[in-house]
Amino acid sequence: MSIDSKEIEKLADLARLKFDQEQLGEVTDRIASVLDFIDQLHQTETQAIEPMAHPMDAVQRLRADKVTESNQREKYQQVAPATENGLYLVPKVIE
Amino acid sequence: MEWETVIGLEIHAQLATESKIFSGSSTTFGAEANTQASLVDLALPGVLPVFNEQALKLAVIFGLGIGAKIHKKSVFDRKNYFYPDLPKGYQISQLHHPIVGEGHVDITLSDGTVKRVGVTRAHLEEDAGKSLHEDFHGSTGIDLNRAGTPLLEIVSEPDLRSAEEAVAYLKKIHTLIRYLGISDGNMAEGSMRCDINISMRPMGQETLGTRAEIKNVNSFRFVEKAIVHEMERQIDILEDGGSVVQETRLYDSELDETRSMRSKEVAMDYRYFPEPDLLPIIIDDEYIEALRANLPELPDQKKQRFTDQYNLSSSDAEQLAGSLELGRYFEEVVQISGAAKLSANWIIVELSGQLNKNELDIGDSPVTAQQLGELVLRIQDNTISGKIAKIVFQEIWNGKGSADQIIESQGLKQVTDSGAIETLVDEVIAANPSQVEQYLAGKEKMLGFFVGQIMKASKGKANPGQVNEILKGKLKQ
Repeated sequence: MSIDSKEIEKLADLARLKFDQEQLGEVTDRIASVLDFIDQLHQTETQAIEPMAHPMDAVQRLRADKVTESNQREKYQQVAPATENGLYLVPKVIE
Repeated sequence: MEWETVIGLEIHAQLATESKIFSGSSTTFGAEANTQASLVDLALPGVLPVFNEQALKLAVIFGLGIGAKIHKKSVFDRKNYFYPDLPKGYQISQLHHPIVGEGHVDITLSDGTVKRVGVTRAHLEEDAGKSLHEDFHGSTGIDLNRAGTPLLEIVSEPDLRSAEEAVAYLKKIHTLIRYLGISDGNMAEGSMRCDINISMRPMGQETLGTRAEIKNVNSFRFVEKAIVHEMERQIDILEDGGSVVQETRLYDSELDETRSMRSKEVAMDYRYFPEPDLLPIIIDDEYIEALRANLPELPDQKKQRFTDQYNLSSSDAEQLAGSLELGRYFEEVVQISGAAKLSANWIIVELSGQLNKNELDIGDSPVTAQQLGELVLRIQDNTISGKIAKIVFQEIWNGKGSADQIIESQGLKQVTDSGAIETLVDEVIAANPSQVEQYLAGKEKMLGFFVGQIMKASKGKANPGQVNEILKGKLKQ
């Protein structure tokens, strides 16, 4: 097995996902099979191939440096669960 | 054991654009909370980033300013982490293909030696918002005005060996970005801040020790203090036989200490991958060369010119060229006074001294370059002595008008009429017969006494050169 359930648990924690025991086994199996497939890809000779950053063969278009957005705070904050003094409120976070 | 400090800095400089890096929101500092946060900055579903051409341009200009390789193809990546001031759940940054590659800057240390510091890379990224942890009924308040502000992260090689070198490097980058006009570099407003990577190793050892990273230090003084503190902390651990933990630390300027934020074991796993919403950025030689052709005079070039053109000492030239504003001020003063060395002295000693004492920047100087130029001109053409000039300078500082007005209204003009000086000399000699005897008996030091008395009698206005000459002649008689 290329990955064990312990590692999946850590990744799930980083990704803020919660699995029960049954799901954990299932997810571990599925991710392991993906990784096995990647192992297979690793064996392919790719030395001469330039890594692809984007599937589209195109170049980024640029925007002129102009302020085009006006203050719409009131509208945006109508859909926010909680606001105060113009701030968006979220559950307390402390480093 | 003797320890060697190894330091690398990651400097974040806010690029001087009107609008954000991926949206058309304003980047003006100090606006009311969330009034500059658009749908893109708030990361509402369905929005897409559009890259700001000015951010690209400013990043390339920086690269050219440090003689770096400019990558004609650069790619944005997603750096994933969860924090409420980052509403997308990822920061758009550049990992494998930064816009600016390897370059270097030269720093001058206090003993005059010049050291070359390597810059590994500089890449574009967006800033996050701001969390306010004051009490909002147990909640945290989020202001997303800063989210999406364009940043250039400048990563140095671990070439720095002391707090002094780190501060000199940081100041050099600060000077450079001001010269290049790519950022206002205002550390108090967070336009420039830095992360310090620091480790210790026994002197002579090749391999690097385990490092700690001190996050978000936002003043030159704090960088120095944080490094000094962290060096002591790590040496204490190592000399007690312990080992330094690789971790992120926070510098607390009030307690003057660093403390752990998070250790490597629980550190972020950023899961970088290429940003699918943005295509690769491609630029060509023509684009790069057009920017290179328009580069302004850089600090090192200006320093060289100041020594060549004005005959200044290396350290004077370094100091004046060390700030764009100071260099400009100096050249304006010289233009009026015509006396470069004297002007440099007045700026470095009197003006800078007064500015420091009053915690003012050169931009806020109560004495304009025009006013100082006129004052130096009057010293140069012997209208006033250097000593009287200090009085006049103080009056100009206090807003009493121009040098000429003050000299005129307070009757400070130097006395160069030899008849008048002779009268003063005669009076002083007549009033001090015993000192005259001592002098004639071979006590040469008495000359200073007479000069002092004569200058006092003239209220400092007699020309000191003439006084010396006439006095010596009279005493011999």
